[in-house]
Amino acid sequence: MELVEVKKLQVQLDAFAGKDVYLHLETTNGSYATHFNEGFFNAGAFIRNVVINYELGKVVGESPHRVGLKLPHGWVYAQGITHYEMDEQGRLLLAGHDGSGKLAVALEISETPFSY
Amino acid sequence: MALPEERHVLVVFPHPDDEAFGVSGTISTYIKQGTPVTYACLTLGEMGRNLGNPPFATRESLPEIRKKELQASAEAMGLTDLRMMGLRDKTVEFEEDEKMVGMMAELITELNPSLIITFYPNLSVHPDHEATARAVVRAVRRMKDRPKLHCVAFANNTLEVLGAPDIVHDMSAVRDQKMGAMKAHISQTAWMLEEMEHKLAQGDMDTENWLTQERFYAYRWDQDFEETF
Repeated sequence: MELVEVKKLQVQLDAFAGKDVYLHLETTNGSYATHFNEGFFNAGAFIRNVVINYELGKVVGESPHRVGLKLPHGWVYAQGITHYEMDEQGRLLLAGHDGSGKLAVALEISETPFSY
Repeated sequence: MALPEERHVLVVFPHPDDEAFGVSGTISTYIKQGTPVTYACLTLGEMGRNLGNPPFATRESLPEIRKKELQASAEAMGLTDLRMMGLRDKTVEFEEDEKMVGMMAELITELNPSLIITFYPNLSVHPDHEATARAVVRAVRRMKDRPKLHCVAFANNTLEVLGAPDIVHDMSAVRDQKMGAMKAHISQTAWMLEEMEHKLAQGDMDTENWLTQERFYAYRWDQDFEETF
């Protein structure tokens, strides 16, 4: 993965607009957050292989960036995006990695389903 | 340290690397003693968070990396019967409970182990660990002749609830195999290993003991975690 370059990522987001795409979206603090810090309120969400069709995708801000997808009847967004990659299968993978190298957020778009 | 003779040992954990820190010495020792050992690993740790910064992997490339690490860990321990059970990381607790019990019962029926090693219910921190522990305990509970069930517990309140471990294996003799298993999972353990090796180099005995002693609790059927299932 590479650090997000807004202009390049914007081109790639545009390329998926108006297409049926499979979505992976997750936010996480890790399952051990409360083990190591007992007062910590551990929350996160995960969705994978749900088909969406967005009319507009935008990447905004300085790193860590926000990325939002406008749907005919709703929205998808992620904040904390630092890195991106168009992988060899043509899937657009966005992620937010913290300073210690741990993933905190991921937003991925693909025209074919992600593995299980 | 030689371990009591067993017919077959079945180890069940949900993530590649769950075996490395707490149990790889025990696995290596049984294998050295000629005891058949099967390790059923339920997921490939697909949701692991250590992906680096700069990243060395993506959410989508991680499973293949961790699969290879798991195979390398098995090789380091001399383990030949590695079962990858095909579930997805962080979803084990959401699977149908009876299906999970069935998966465990099938392994037990096939392998007829005299000892099963897994996590201790309610004391193993990660939801996947807990779901694995529940499934194994439920499958064993239903058996007429129950095999021994040795459990790993590491929740912060473990000492309060269970006291000191019932079973402590001194694994100094297989230290190399254990280090090999831990190093095999380098994508997830690099940071921890660096700290550990630094402490070992300084002669820190707590770390040495943590490394060479593996601790288990015999499952307490008289304090079963649930009445029935």
